[in-house]
Amino acid sequence: MTVREGLLALLNEGPRHGYQLKTEFETATGGVWPLNVGQVYTTLDRLERDGMVRVTEGAALPGQKVYEITHQGAQELGAWWEAVPADEPPPRDELMLKVLMAIEHSQEHGLNVVTRQRTELLGLLQRKRRERAAQGDAGGLAARLVTEALMARAEADLRWLDRCEAELVQQRPTGTRDEGEKR
Amino acid sequence: MTDPALQFSRVVKSYGSGEAEVRALDGVDLEVAQGEFVAVMGPSGCGKSTLLHLAGGLEDPTAGAVFAHGRDLSTLDAAGRAALRRNDVGIVFQRLNLVASLTAIENVALPLELGGMRAREARPLAVAALEAVGLRQQLDRYPDHFSGGQQQRIAIARAIVGGRSILLADEPTGALDSRTADEVVELLAGLPAASGTTVVLVTHEPRFASWADRVVFMRDGAVVDQTRSTPASPPAAPDPEMVN
Repeated sequence: MTVREGLLALLNEGPRHGYQLKTEFETATGGVWPLNVGQVYTTLDRLERDGMVRVTEGAALPGQKVYEITHQGAQELGAWWEAVPADEPPPRDELMLKVLMAIEHSQEHGLNVVTRQRTELLGLLQRKRRERAAQGDAGGLAARLVTEALMARAEADLRWLDRCEAELVQQRPTGTRDEGEKR
Repeated sequence: MTDPALQFSRVVKSYGSGEAEVRALDGVDLEVAQGEFVAVMGPSGCGKSTLLHLAGGLEDPTAGAVFAHGRDLSTLDAAGRAALRRNDVGIVFQRLNLVASLTAIENVALPLELGGMRAREARPLAVAALEAVGLRQQLDRYPDHFSGGQQQRIAIARAIVGGRSILLADEPTGALDSRTADEVVELLAGLPAASGTTVVLVTHEPRFASWADRVVFMRDGAVVDQTRSTPASPPAAPDPEMVN
């Protein structure tokens, strides 16, 4: 998502002024994406130039501009809702690349890096679990779902690391034991 | 200083001998503090279930020693081990092993009665244990009346009844749907604060392990790493209702 798509989604709900868009954008994204007002107005100027939004009546204060989405803007927004994030080219995921480089060095080094990364990720999952419990129903749906997303990603990474460990252990010559790596 | 609830000291456990020898545990050093919730993770065959069997006195180590509250389990005779499992250490497995012809209360009271307690004394303790796991109604019904999650709660109640201070759980959520499994793990996570119980959970699910104060990773019969111990909630004094 870009700021442009985020603003179109909010304007699709009805006309809004710049500062309103800034605060609603931040709330809707669970506090993970703070915007400055300048960024909002720059994006609105470009959207207006491209015919996606236009200035409309209804400003509460003198000098304030209220924007509404155009038919073309609604069409662009619709196309964005439909689009699925592309998986080509393969994601250059930091964790995946680190583990692959470690295995390239040696399988034992790969196992040690898998072990270390897994422990840290499990620690992260523990912290998020507690944050989520402490949050309760406070903080709003968006903030709760952000925490849930981080937890789900950590769980997925942990499962992938388990797969790496199982593959590495299976491929190890018989009789070899993990001696552990001095850190 | 208080003894740890559980202590493994250079524990080796082998099966078979000569070329056929398999080392399920290969020099495990591990301490679990009283009132701590520890999750044990690792690939199949890493020794995590063997670790629980030794902690419960179900098997003896080939070398090294396992201590429960400072007592070397290898010094206990058969009667001593039976008393250990009756009074100190409760075990929950994926298979519940509830007795179908006994009610929920009778199932939970069973270990106390096998230890010689009269039924009328065991019953209120069984009710207290069932309440501690969130079951308060229809306790005179038979196991098949309850859902899978409720049956697992009954099994947990049976494992902690009478104030047993250590709960060993081996993949207790394996047969449950994910929502019910989450509830059961949340229950286990609450036991240290509610009753001072020490909990050791063997699991392969990161989601469940993340409830623990500390997660221990095993591979090839040894502990290869662990997270720092950070109690999820401050320990509470044992609930007098739960203690003999």
